[in-house]
Amino acid sequence: MIRSIRACKTAAEERAVVRKECAAIRAAINENDQDYRHRNLAKLMFIHMLGYPTHFGQMECLKSIASAGFPEKRIGYLGLMLLLDERQEVLMLVTNSLKQDLNHTNQYIVGLALCALGNICSAEMARDLAPEVERLLQFRDPNIRKKAALCSIRIIKKVPDLAENFINPAAALLKEKHHGVLITGIQLVTDICKVSTEALEFFRKPKCLDGLVKTLRDVVNSPYAPEYDIAGITDPFLHIRLLKLLHVLGQGDADASDCMNDILAQVATKTESNKNAGNAILYECVETIMSIEDNGGLRVLAINILGRFLSNRDNNIRYVALNMLMKAITVDAQAVQRHRATILECVKDLDASIRKRALELVYLLVNESNVKPLTKELIDYLEISDQEFKGDLTAKICSMVEKFSPDKIWYIDQMLKVLSEAGNFVKDEVWHALIVVISNASDLHGYTVRALYRAVQTSIEQESLVRVAIWCIGEYGDMLVNNVGVLNIEDPITVTESDAVDVVEIAIKHHSSDITTKAMAMVALLKLSSRFPSCSERIRDIIVQNKGSLVLELQQRSIEFNSIVEKHQNIRSTLVERMPVLDEATFSGRRAGSLPATVSTSSGTSLNLPNGVAKPAAAPLVDLLDLSSDDAPVPSSSGNDFLQDLLGVDVSPASVQPGTSQAPKAGTDVLLDLLSIGSPPVQNNSTPSDILSSSQDNKSSVAILDGLSPAPSGGAASMIDLLDGFVPNSPKPEDNGPAYPSIVAFESSSLILTFNFSKPPGNPQTTLIQATFTNLSPNVYTDFVFQAAVPKFLQLHLDPASGNTLPASGNGSITQTLRVTNSQHGKKPLVMRTRIAYKLNNRDVLEEGQINNFPRDL
Amino acid sequence: MIHFVLLISRQGKVRLTKWYSPYTQKERSKVIRELSGVILTRGPKLCNFVEWRGYKVVYKRYASLYFCMCVDQEDNELEILEIIHHYVEILDRYFGSVCELDLIFNFHKAYYILDEILIAGELQESSKKTVARLIAAQDSLVETAKEQASSISNIIAQATK
Repeated sequence: MIRSIRACKTAAEERAVVRKECAAIRAAINENDQDYRHRNLAKLMFIHMLGYPTHFGQMECLKSIASAGFPEKRIGYLGLMLLLDERQEVLMLVTNSLKQDLNHTNQYIVGLALCALGNICSAEMARDLAPEVERLLQFRDPNIRKKAALCSIRIIKKVPDLAENFINPAAALLKEKHHGVLITGIQLVTDICKVSTEALEFFRKPKCLDGLVKTLRDVVNSPYAPEYDIAGITDPFLHIRLLKLLHVLGQGDADASDCMNDILAQVATKTESNKNAGNAILYECVETIMSIEDNGGLRVLAINILGRFLSNRDNNIRYVALNMLMKAITVDAQAVQRHRATILECVKDLDASIRKRALELVYLLVNESNVKPLTKELIDYLEISDQEFKGDLTAKICSMVEKFSPDKIWYIDQMLKVLSEAGNFVKDEVWHALIVVISNASDLHGYTVRALYRAVQTSIEQESLVRVAIWCIGEYGDMLVNNVGVLNIEDPITVTESDAVDVVEIAIKHHSSDITTKAMAMVALLKLSSRFPSCSERIRDIIVQNKGSLVLELQQRSIEFNSIVEKHQNIRSTLVERMPVLDEATFSGRRAGSLPATVSTSSGTSLNLPNGVAKPAAAPLVDLLDLSSDDAPVPSSSGNDFLQDLLGVDVSPASVQPGTSQAPKAGTDVLLDLLSIGSPPVQNNSTPSDILSSSQDNKSSVAILDGLSPAPSGGAASMIDLLDGFVPNSPKPEDNGPAYPSIVAFESSSLILTFNFSKPPGNPQTTLIQATFTNLSPNVYTDFVFQAAVPKFLQLHLDPASGNTLPASGNGSITQTLRVTNSQHGKKPLVMRTRIAYKLNNRDVLEEGQINNFPRDL
Repeated sequence: MIHFVLLISRQGKVRLTKWYSPYTQKERSKVIRELSGVILTRGPKLCNFVEWRGYKVVYKRYASLYFCMCVDQEDNELEILEIIHHYVEILDRYFGSVCELDLIFNFHKAYYILDEILIAGELQESSKKTVARLIAAQDSLVETAKEQASSISNIIAQATK
C-alpha cells in the first residue's frame, strides 16, 4: 500500500488511493477480521502520518491490544500511542487491558504496557495503575525496571501526591550497576526532588549524596567500555544525568555543595572538549557550578570554560556559551566583562540565534564605564545589520543610551546617529524623550539644531529624524541661521533662512511623510514665519497648499495658521515664542507610569483633535500653569489624561456656535464643570464665520488677546483667564466698572432671555440677576419653566417666576430673580447652563443653552 | 523533558512524529507546519538550536531528513544532540546503512526503536547494544507468532477442506 501511495503523482490521486484504502479498512473493521487486523492498523497509522483523519481506527486499536498475540499487542499499543492522546475518553477503556498486561508473564508485553502507559497516561489512569508500576520497579529484569522508572516519572508529573510512594524504590535504583536502570533511576530521583521538597531533603542526606558522587567518580574514571562509549567518553549520558541531579541537590544547600566540589572540579578539568559529547558534559558541569552555592575557585573555572567555548568555531558551542554567560552575569559580572570583546564579535555573527543572544548579553553588560565604546560598536553595526535585527538592535541601543549616558551632548549625538540610520524603527517614546532632553539642554540648542540640519540633508526617509529635526528647526531656527552658540567641535556652516524653510518644505512634500510629520511641519512653519519675517510670504504659500487637504488635521492647521500669518502679525510672535523647558523629571515620571506617549510634546500624534480647537503651539500643557511666556493662549484639548490631572479640567472641545441652542455637548454632561471646559468663548457678535467654526474660535481667542493686551495685567492673571477659556463678554473690556451691563443671555429664533445685574450691598460675591423672558414667536408658550445649572464654585438660588405663560410676539414677558454667589469672585467669572421648557400648541419644546458672557467681576 | 520528536524530509513530508506532551490533532498539525517552516529554511552553517514558543527545538540534519526534538528551556541542548545521534546510530545498525526509504516502508519498526530509547520524554537506555538486543528479541517473538499462526491456519485449512 505504501508503494502505491508513493507512486501517486498528484495530491488528488493520493487522496483517491487513501480513500479506497480507508474504505477497505473500514469494511474489514466492520467484519471484525482477525487475521489482517495488524496489517490494517499499520496501514491506518501510515495514513494518519500523512495527515488524514483516522478516528474510526481507535476501537480497532483497543481490540488489538486485547488480543492475545504479541504482534497484535505490539501494533495495538503503537496505534494507541499514535492515534490517541491523553485527553481522549477512549483511553479509559484501555486501563483494564493495561492492568492485565502489566501482570503478564511475558516480560516484553509488560514492557509494551509500561511504554504505552509512560507515554500517554492520563491522571486517572496514573492513579489506578501506580501500585502496579511501583511493584515493577523492583522486578528482576532490568529492562522492566528502567521502563517502570520512566513510567513513574510520568505518573509523578500527573499526580504529584503519589511522589512519596516512589521515594524508597527510587533510592534503591540509585545503587544499580546497569547503566540503563541507573540513568532512569537518576532521572526519576531528579523529578521526584523537583516535585516534593521532603524527597529533596531525603536525597540530600550525606549517605545518598556520597553514593552519587562515588558513582560519578567511577564513571569519570572508568576504563574504556565499548558498550557505552561515545567519542571516547564512557556513557556521557550518565555523566550528564548525574550532574543534573547534583545540580538539583546542591542548589540552595551549602553542605551538599561542599561534597560535590571535588568531583565537579575533576569533571571540569579532565573532560576532553573536542567532541560534542565532551562539550555537553562540560556545559552541564558549568551549569551545575553556577547554580550551587558559592565557591570562588570553581566559578572561575567555569567561566574560563565558557570563555573557551566562546571562541570555539562551532556555532552550537558559542550559542550555548552565550546562554550560560547570561546566567553567569548575575553571579560574577566582573569575569564576564573580560569577555566583552568576544561577545561583541558575536553580535555581528551570521547566525541569527547567536546575534540575538549576544545582543541581550551585551545589554546586560553595559554600565557607565563601558557604555561609550559599546554604543559606538553597536551603532557601527547598525548600519550593516539586516532588517529584522535592526528593530531589536535599535531598541536596545536607545535604552542603553538613555540609561547610561554620561552627558547630554553625547546622548544627543548618539541618538542622532541612531535616528539617521534606523529612525523608522525607533519607537515614539524614544524620540519624545529626545526632544525633552534637547529642550533641557539649553546651551546645546544651537549645536543640536545644526546637527539635525546636517543629518536631515542625508537621511530624509527616516521619519523620526525628520520629526525631531523639524521641531528643532521650528523652535531654534534663528539659532540655526545666526550661528548661535557654536561649540568648538563644530564645523562652520551657513544656513540661510530660506534653506531652513527648504528643509521643512521638503518634509511636508516628501511622499513618505505621514500625517504626524506634516502636522509638525506646519507648526514649525508657523514658528519660522515669526522668526524669519522675510520668508513669511513663502511660508504662507506652503501652508496654504494644504488648505484643501483631505486630512482634517492638516486642513484645519493650514487654514488657521494661514489666517494667523495673514491677519494677526501682532500676536504672532507671542504665539510662537520659544517653548518653555519641558520638565524632564515629570516627563520621565509620567513615562514610567506609562501614560499615553502623547504626553509631553509635540503636536503630532493627536489626530483625534476634535473639531473646533485651535492649537497654534504644542506646548506641553503641564507648563501652562507656570508659563512665563505668552504662547498657547488656548489650551488644546487633546483629550489628554495628563492634562486632566494637572489642570483638574475636563478638557473637551466645544464647538459652540453663538446663539445656538446647542450646549457644548462634547462629552461633558457634567454641568458642574462648565467653566473648566477649555472651550473658546461664545461671541454673540463674532465676525462672519468661515466654514470651520474653529477659525471662529481662533478669531475669538485672538479677540481675547486683543482685548487683553491693553490690559495692564499681562502675566499671571490673564494666563489663568486664558486657561479657563474665559472671554470677556464684549471686546471692549468693561471689566472694572461697577455698573454691570445687562446681557442677552440666550437668544433663539423664538425666545430672548436677558439678564440684569445688581449687587446687594455688603456682599461682593453675591449677584442678583433679574431674568426676563420674551417670546418672539407669534405663538403663546404655556407651562414655561426656566432651569439653570452652575459650576461647583457658584451657588444659585432661583426665585419663583412671575408666571408661566409667555404671551406671543413680545407682548409681555416673564421675569424671574436669580441669586448667584460666586465663591471664586474675582478669579472666575460666572457661567451658567440653562434649560427652558415650554409647551407650544400642546407640544413640548426644550431649549438648552450656555451663558458665557457674564460680565467679569461678578 | 522532550516534548515531541519530529522527523521531516527536506520537502516537508513528515516521516515520524512522537508526542510526549498532550497536543490535540489540530495543534499537532499546526506545530508541524510551523516548525517545518522554521527549520527547513535555516542555512547549513547556523547553529542547531531554535527558540520557538518558549521552548527550544534542537534539530540535526542527516542526509535528507531533519530530526527535531523539542525540549524545555532548562535542558541541555548538546545532550539532546547526542540523543538524536544515538537514535540515528541505532537505526543505522538495525537497518544496516539506513536511508529515508527504510524509514518510510518500516515506520513501525522505527517507532519500536524509538520506544526503546525514549519513554515519557526521557532517555531510557544509553547502550546501543542493549537496545539492539531487545529489539531483536521482540522481533523474534513476532516471527515465531507469525509462524505459529500460519501453521495453524494451514492445519485448519487442510482440516476443513
